[in-house]
Amino acid sequence: MNNSPYTLKPASVQSVMLRVLLALLPGIGAYVWFFGAAILVQIALASLTALAAEAAMLALRGKPLRPFLGDGSALVTAWLIALTFPSIAPWWLTVLGTLLAIVVAKHLYGGLGQNPFNPAMVAFALMIVAYPLLMSQWPRVDSTDFAVQWEAIFGNRQLLDAMTMATPLDALRTVLRDPEQRAMIGGILGGKATFGNVGGRGWEWIAAGYFLGGLYLLQQRIITWHLPVAFLAVLCAVSGAFALFDPDRFAGPGFQLFTGGAMLAAFFIITDPVSGATTPKGKLIFAAGAALLTWIIRSFGAYPDGIAFAVLLMNIAAPLIDMYTQPPVFGHKGKQEDSR
Amino acid sequence: MIAKLFSFKGGVKPDSHKDESATAPIRVAPLPSRLIIPLRQSARAMARCLVQPGRAVLKGEVIAAAEGPMCTAVHAPTSGTVRAIEPQPVPHPSGLPAPSIVIDPDGLDRWIEKQPFDYLATSALQTRDYLRDCGVVGLGGAGFPSHVKLGPGEKGIETLILNGAECEPWITCDDRLMRERADMILAGAAMMRHITGARRILVGIEDNKPQAVAAMRDAAQGLGDSAVEVIAVPTRYPAGGEKQLIRVLTGIEIPYGKLGTHFGVQCFNVGSAHAIYRAIAHGEPLISRVLTLSGNMAHPGNFEALIGTPISDLLPLAEPRTDTDRYLMGGPMMGVGLQSLDTPVTKGTNCILAGSPALFPPPPPEMPCIRCGECAKACPAELQPFELYWFSRAKIFGKAQEYSLFDCIECGCCSYVCPSRIPLVDYFRFAKGEIWAREKEKAAADLARERYEFRLAREEREKAEKAAKLAAKTAAGREKAAAAIAVAEKPATSPEEDAKKALIAAALERAKAQKEQAHPENVTDLTPEQQAEIAAIEGRRAEIREMAKPHLRQDD
Repeated sequence: MNNSPYTLKPASVQSVMLRVLLALLPGIGAYVWFFGAAILVQIALASLTALAAEAAMLALRGKPLRPFLGDGSALVTAWLIALTFPSIAPWWLTVLGTLLAIVVAKHLYGGLGQNPFNPAMVAFALMIVAYPLLMSQWPRVDSTDFAVQWEAIFGNRQLLDAMTMATPLDALRTVLRDPEQRAMIGGILGGKATFGNVGGRGWEWIAAGYFLGGLYLLQQRIITWHLPVAFLAVLCAVSGAFALFDPDRFAGPGFQLFTGGAMLAAFFIITDPVSGATTPKGKLIFAAGAALLTWIIRSFGAYPDGIAFAVLLMNIAAPLIDMYTQPPVFGHKGKQEDSR
Repeated sequence: MIAKLFSFKGGVKPDSHKDESATAPIRVAPLPSRLIIPLRQSARAMARCLVQPGRAVLKGEVIAAAEGPMCTAVHAPTSGTVRAIEPQPVPHPSGLPAPSIVIDPDGLDRWIEKQPFDYLATSALQTRDYLRDCGVVGLGGAGFPSHVKLGPGEKGIETLILNGAECEPWITCDDRLMRERADMILAGAAMMRHITGARRILVGIEDNKPQAVAAMRDAAQGLGDSAVEVIAVPTRYPAGGEKQLIRVLTGIEIPYGKLGTHFGVQCFNVGSAHAIYRAIAHGEPLISRVLTLSGNMAHPGNFEALIGTPISDLLPLAEPRTDTDRYLMGGPMMGVGLQSLDTPVTKGTNCILAGSPALFPPPPPEMPCIRCGECAKACPAELQPFELYWFSRAKIFGKAQEYSLFDCIECGCCSYVCPSRIPLVDYFRFAKGEIWAREKEKAAADLARERYEFRLAREEREKAEKAAKLAAKTAAGREKAAAAIAVAEKPATSPEEDAKKALIAAALERAKAQKEQAHPENVTDLTPEQQAEIAAIEGRRAEIREMAKPHLRQDD
């Protein structure tokens, strides 16, 4: 006979993960709208690979398949990988990244709940270091010919040049590297063809989709406000301050928030509870650190988008942050010396 | 009126299931065929039995006396004959039987001579002693002696809180009591106020019991006492937890290890106030209580049952359904599974809940913790249960204590919300038990070490004393020898000298006798009993030495 409580709230890891997947749908919808259905192929590839790798690892580790395969956590990792990799990346790149995430970053560290690093970000970081070129061939906005995209993913990458284009972050980086163009950053950022209204044509709508999904997660109480608010606020503040200080060298907050993976990171990546900080104060510090590192890497680093590295660096710090931000318990507030 | 209510963090909202049992009035349970009254009241209190098997007792007669500060008297719940004093099953998670008095009722239900107690004419101390002798304890579940809680404590009691929150699902005994006997509850509260000298009385009732709130408000109005306030508090488990209710009504947070009286508040269950009223106004000791029979039953309801009534005698009143697979004492959040239906109703029994696989399905398999923090959001003690889980599971008990394990009130909120279905509270109970066991072990080892060190010191001292004595003795011997030689060297002996010699010999004899007396050998000529006793003591010593060994080694 089990012990009290005898009644449990209907809740499961599976329902949490499925709602996270659901929350990704608006962003994926915008992705398909602006960049074609290739992203769906990548999601399918990553999902299948993740489930197969998960099943194999569970079998090797002697764990029951059904509860763990059904928990949905591998699918969340897979979808995040698909969404952070270029949608026209060759199939094996996605498969390899997903395998590394599930086998190395997740199961070799002990499986669900044990991984110190965000598996999707491990995959992204490893792949961008190993295959920098493939990881920076992004689809051209409005080039939505599925047949061509399918070709690109599964073999023929001849037509690639016609269908790729620099992401807004890449474009900005190129501009900033060139002293002659640098003075014109304001004008360049105003170019609607690449930069759209705020964060890049197409990309800003995807970001808006993620934002919508994030609001759903907040409403479902799957995530708390601390992480996204701190992340976006710090990114906004630091980019705003530097843009004010030197508008010719630094892009403003609107661009920073709505380009690249900022929104995805704010609501879906840094909110991974396993590898992140968990105390309220710890979450603020964790998110602020991730935002600051993202901005630094974007502005001064060698890679266009720094989210993966920023998140991994903060993952290392998460246990320490948690240890030093334990909230006071009931009845011990304001006099922590006798509670600890 | 109170300007604003405070709030406690965390908490959950399970389905309340109050309607099942709250609609029908309290019924009096029929006299059972036998009554089982446990003598043990808590880990620290065991009443002293005053009766022998075969003895006839009257309803309300004292059958066991309070022994020690945390103990209260025990009374015969009805008239009859003491059948036995023997171990019987009691409602305890261990399932171990405990010494109890078994009474065969004679069916006449004859009272002792009841006498109201004039609390206005006596000191608070005397009234509290009276309540102790009436066996009044808290009826909320923990059974803490009321006479202790009514004491002034450190700072006296400014605010008296009556707990009518009844936050556990299914349970409605306090609800019905408040609806039906609000006057008596408040009369009891007024008596408690007199005893404690409190300034105001706050009655906290969860707002899912509007009839109880209305009844209590009417009674308060009838009392015409502006210092009594009946307050509806938001329904959220565990609003009826003592610390949570005090927090909601007064804003005061009482930390672990501190009592309400440190902050001038004290909290009593409404049932306790009712019991105090009956004891003082009618001279009736606490021999019955109202309890809820609900869950998987055809006719759930509330019943006034005698303390000691076996659960098996009560169940037919509510007719458990056939698929019932277990019974809980208490609610579904904090209740204890009953191991035997011979278990009697005790003063802390507020509910018997019938469970079925459909009603309380077995928990799904435990998944790994994903640190989602749901438990921390739900924890009313504002702990980080997932961290405590990690430390408890890894048996890092020091860290668990550092993260305030003992502030956990075991309310079950964390287990209730956990998406990984981890029985968190079980881990915390385990960790607490382990820590207690280790502390006990350590205390025993410390004691053993103290004894060992004392023995070493004593042996040292005795050795030194012996050596000193020996030295003195040999010094005396040398002198004597010298004297003897001197005597021997004198060949001519006069009668005077002979007399001297005789004197010396006599003195030596006396000294020898004295010495023998000074060292009485108390280990010779022992009776077999004494020898057995000594052997037993030596055995215990050896045992303690064994226990102390690892610790001693650690210290080296």
